[in-house]
Amino acid sequence: MTATAPTSQFAHRHLLGIEGLSPFEMTALLDMADEAVELNRQVEKRRTTLTGRTQINLFFENSTRTQSSFEIAGKRLGADVMNMAVGSSSIKKGETLLDTAATLNAMHPDLIVVRHHAAGAVHLLARKVDCSVVNAGDGAHEHPTQALLDGLTIRRNKGRIQGLIVAICGDVLHSRVARSNIILLQALGARVRVIGPSTLLPRGIDRFGVEVFRDMREGLKDADIVMMLRLQLERMNGSFVPSVREYFHFYGLDAEKLSWAKPDALVMHPGPMNRGVEIDSAVADGAQSLIREQVEMGVAVRMAVLEALARNLPNR
Amino acid sequence: MTSRPLLIANATLVDPVAGSEARGSLLIKDGLIADLGPNLNTAPDGAETLDARGKVLAPGLVDARAFLGEPGSEHRESIASGSQAAAAGGVTTVVCTPETNPAIDDPAIVDYLIRRARDTAVVNVHTAAAITKGLRGEEMTEIGLLKQAGAVCFTDGAKTISNARVFLRALTYARDYGALIVHHTEDPNLAGNGVMNSGEYASRLGLGGRPIEAETIVLERDARLVRMTGSRYHAAIITNRDSLEIARRAKDQGLPFSCGTSINHLSFNETDIGDYRTYFKLAPPLRSEEERLALAEALADGLIDIVVSDHNPQDVEQKRQPFAEAGDGALGIETMLSAGLRLVHAGHLGLPKLFRAMSTRPAELLGLPGGRLEKGQPADLVLFDPDEPWVLDKKTLRSKSKNTPFDEARLQGRVFRTFVAGKTVYEYA
Repeated sequence: MTATAPTSQFAHRHLLGIEGLSPFEMTALLDMADEAVELNRQVEKRRTTLTGRTQINLFFENSTRTQSSFEIAGKRLGADVMNMAVGSSSIKKGETLLDTAATLNAMHPDLIVVRHHAAGAVHLLARKVDCSVVNAGDGAHEHPTQALLDGLTIRRNKGRIQGLIVAICGDVLHSRVARSNIILLQALGARVRVIGPSTLLPRGIDRFGVEVFRDMREGLKDADIVMMLRLQLERMNGSFVPSVREYFHFYGLDAEKLSWAKPDALVMHPGPMNRGVEIDSAVADGAQSLIREQVEMGVAVRMAVLEALARNLPNR
Repeated sequence: MTSRPLLIANATLVDPVAGSEARGSLLIKDGLIADLGPNLNTAPDGAETLDARGKVLAPGLVDARAFLGEPGSEHRESIASGSQAAAAGGVTTVVCTPETNPAIDDPAIVDYLIRRARDTAVVNVHTAAAITKGLRGEEMTEIGLLKQAGAVCFTDGAKTISNARVFLRALTYARDYGALIVHHTEDPNLAGNGVMNSGEYASRLGLGGRPIEAETIVLERDARLVRMTGSRYHAAIITNRDSLEIARRAKDQGLPFSCGTSINHLSFNETDIGDYRTYFKLAPPLRSEEERLALAEALADGLIDIVVSDHNPQDVEQKRQPFAEAGDGALGIETMLSAGLRLVHAGHLGLPKLFRAMSTRPAELLGLPGGRLEKGQPADLVLFDPDEPWVLDKKTLRSKSKNTPFDEARLQGRVFRTFVAGKTVYEYA
């Protein structure tokens, strides 16, 4: 986290998605995050990069891990962090997204971190405020910091991303994590596969540049990374898949299915996990699992993103 | 317990695949067709010989749609009684429908039925499974696990999945497992309270009508969803020219689309209802004579892939009701060959084409063995005299129920012997 990196390495006001970033910019963020990892492992974790800056975490969807990760990241960089509890705010009383944006803008924040259930909502909000906006997940569209932390986790464990086979498994249809990861991992040279029942794969996915599989055995063959996605409860009982037991039988990652991947394959999950639905506990807690490390990388990546954006903020 | 080989000599062999009918013999050994042809004259040592005296020997019928009562409606039919009826009708393979109680929507029930069939059936009995849980048309069943358990196709029986999104998802999901979706295409809202074909006859009888459009709208929708998904689809029973046109178009587009009709719809028309005869109350309903003739023609040219019995045994109380309140359905499995022969005698099509639709094609669509007169195929065969005249007496039917529309009908063509895996399972005495 030295200030030697020129600001031109990341010349964006917002981070709304992985789409639009160059491989060079992605790599620069990962390099900064690597330094943050080291910082976070020290006793003294505080820096002054964002001193005097105000960061608002605006979460329209409940999230424990992402929100706290952004909160810790901002605080370690010295920002004043405020969490907007949407459940008890005027948004529940019917205020529109743009009115909320205007209200927040009047408080002169420097950074707003937004999660919203509607795809594109964060982009809309970004057009209406004067500060930097970080997308913490918009609908089924993008979740850029998740893709960055996944990329960082992979790079630190495999030493590279280029040339790896990454299999993304499960509910790709509803997953912003999958979309952001597909873009990032392909940009950094990985071969990305998606595996899932046809009901959970978006139409036209074959035109995303990925290889599409409906069968875990075929899809996991030679995979270096197995990235499982969460299946929401309401989609399990006949609407998209018939039942939990059928889903687990064909798509749940257990030791047997994992053995179809490379012997040194690593397992990832963006969390929160449904144990026994998309992933077996023995695998989630096993030697090949990176799931807990992903959480650690999350804080580092978010620090890198906040710092990169802060460099472009006006010093008025 | 290997039985002696059996040479059926001097028969007319109907080969639906080659489209031929020729004098010849066939040798059964170890449950399989060991040899056949015009020059097979001498039985090997130790073989039994049966002189067919020119009677027709054909692959046994494969009936893709019959209600066999189990579990839950054993008073109407059981696998044992239904399979006896099948054997007497020359049917060697039956697929039972899932409108049971409980519905066949769970792998454990499929497993149960496979065991019941093994223990009580005299012909091959396979099971379809439901597309949606409880046949409610809302949530799809465990299509993957059901197929692994042995379900040969998926259908909600005589229920239509009117929610297009549910049907699209089921089609999409089924494709991953190569599962065949069989659909009854009748919009329940448009069919409404109708009890027979909509039109002049219904109006004269004062009965509510079910319009042809109730069928064609769903069929057209399905054809478009099949084009979208590329999933294997079969329209269970189509009944009219508009539906045939939709099927023709879907097939011309090269879609994995097939269709069937029932032997009843090829045998009767709406006027057979006559004086409110409830044995002719069917779903979908019998249509006009023009439609029936169009179906026969489409059967001959292969546009209609298969003929099913749509065997639906109903107890007396279900049928001894005012027409509008009576249950739907008719027996069919025991008479489907004789009824099919009516079409042959009427000049609509020859025996090979009839057996193509009643044996070869259904076996192909369901992925089952049989349906072919070829070496190595199971010796599932029917030996019959296509010309023997007889009059049906419903008391002689083996089915537990007696709701046959053919009661006292003059039929021409009678089954003499039925073989399943080389074993005689029915013999006309």
